[in-house]
Amino acid sequence: MSTMKTRAMRDVLIERIYERMHHDEQIYFLSADFGSPALDQVREHFPDRFASVGIAEQNLINIATGLALEGFTVFAYAIAPFLSMRAYEQIRTNLSLHAPFKTLNVNLIGIGTGLSYDVSGPTHHCLEDITLMRLLPGIELFSPSDWRLTQRMVDVCLDMKTPKYLRLDSKPLPAIYEREDEIAVEQGFSELRHGDHACLISTGFMTHTALKAAQILAEHGIHITVIDFFSFTSYNKDALYARIQPCPHVITLEEAFIFCGGMDALIADLLLAQHHSDGQFLRLGIPDRHLFEGGGREHLHRAHGLDAESISGRIKQLCS
Amino acid sequence: MNIESLQHKAREIRRETIRIHGIFPETRIASSLSPVEILVSLYYGGILAFDPERPDWEARDRLIVSKGHGGIALYPILSDVGFFEPALLNTISQQNSMFGSIPDCAVPGIETINGSLGHGLGVAAGIALGLKAKRNPANVFVLVGDGELYEGAVWEAMMFAAHQHLSNLCVIVDNNKISMLDFCENTLDHAPLGKKFDAFGLDVQSADGHDLAQLYPALRALKQRPSSGPKLLIAQTVKGKGVPTLEGDPLCHVRSLSQEDVAKLLEEVV
Repeated sequence: MSTMKTRAMRDVLIERIYERMHHDEQIYFLSADFGSPALDQVREHFPDRFASVGIAEQNLINIATGLALEGFTVFAYAIAPFLSMRAYEQIRTNLSLHAPFKTLNVNLIGIGTGLSYDVSGPTHHCLEDITLMRLLPGIELFSPSDWRLTQRMVDVCLDMKTPKYLRLDSKPLPAIYEREDEIAVEQGFSELRHGDHACLISTGFMTHTALKAAQILAEHGIHITVIDFFSFTSYNKDALYARIQPCPHVITLEEAFIFCGGMDALIADLLLAQHHSDGQFLRLGIPDRHLFEGGGREHLHRAHGLDAESISGRIKQLCS
Repeated sequence: MNIESLQHKAREIRRETIRIHGIFPETRIASSLSPVEILVSLYYGGILAFDPERPDWEARDRLIVSKGHGGIALYPILSDVGFFEPALLNTISQQNSMFGSIPDCAVPGIETINGSLGHGLGVAAGIALGLKAKRNPANVFVLVGDGELYEGAVWEAMMFAAHQHLSNLCVIVDNNKISMLDFCENTLDHAPLGKKFDAFGLDVQSADGHDLAQLYPALRALKQRPSSGPKLLIAQTVKGKGVPTLEGDPLCHVRSLSQEDVAKLLEEVV
């Protein structure tokens, strides 16, 4: 992996939105009293197209809906667990239910998905949003792994006139993608490494870990395919299966609850639909309990087998 | 438009609402009878700007009936003013009918889906914010139930509307005193409402919700009076107005009228 500079997804997202706001008067930015240095520019230069609703996520969704009904492309920005769960019924009723009748370009930007806000404890963790957003008809779910893909997502948000939920990590991370324009966004996933021994499908922050695990395995002579899965609603099922099918073993990896409808379930359903019965299917993620242990993200990952060493160890076992 | 003709229209719409309930007893009749005069004033009194040929007319005043279950009077009104063919009303309660027991935006002239309470005021505030951003002088009206005021999101929306000086937002509270299972004062006494709305920064008035001589001017003033922020009218109404067996019954929310009751009521002048 190249040594590209690290950037926080949210800063890059807001910068790109800010750029676009100069030429697109339909963009409106709403925040639930949550900011970033990049947002100061938006507030200063476009006061007519920025508003804070205060710490009121339900109202955030309601206001966003009203603006979208009037033709605005809305970005509704808040901390991921509160955006996705505090206001879930608003998302369901005002966005999902209206989707068959109205064009509503509301882009829910959930910052701090997974264990991004590790030290704040489980109230600030968001291990549920993949499952919850998959549940709602008419909401597109995106889970970018790096800041370049996040930048590209802004234009997807502008072009695709439907409600969306973007789950973004909060920490500065290195770039995985070298060039924004090379990312096959419509496909919904990228094959980052190719190998015949197993297929590791990951999303978001965990794609960084997946690549590290793949590197460790390669040093042991085991070569795996790594797929970065980022578009949960619109993705090319046939193309994805074509990548998975030749591999004897399939592993899913997400910083989210598993065995309850997350990315693991999506891939399992895909394999089932294709009558795929070869090899093993291994799900890696957070088991069915909230994480109260202190010690930060790395410690939590090690405790749950989500660090690169543990992951590569599990895959090595599968392949032997 | 004079008060007598509005009164006549209100009687007609009340009758039609009861008739529709008779065909479709799953509709919430008591909740739908308390706002009849409010809706008649808006649509027939020249208050709400609308064009039935162009439901998306950009200059229209938007109306959100946030107490969606209480919007059955919209069906006869919207057909009468020309949003859709009156004959379509005959499909009510049939399979694949676009007329749900709670009105939604499958019906031309209805802006949003409002079966779940507490959302409409926030959505209306978002619309008001958008209209101001577009420099569109249209207004947005939102009809809220007094039981609906229990939902916290309503107050989140009020705080926002006041802070943003959304003077194009006109809130009407259908204060019929009864929520689902009892009088509001017994369920959760949220009086004094006027003081609460005022403390939240809204410009508040109150009027009798059935006496058109009071209500109609109050609704006109709601739209027209200058204000630095959102305006609100508390309409003092009676749940089930026009049906003596419903009026004053704490459980009237859940009551459906029998076919015989409906037939008798349609014979009388309500």
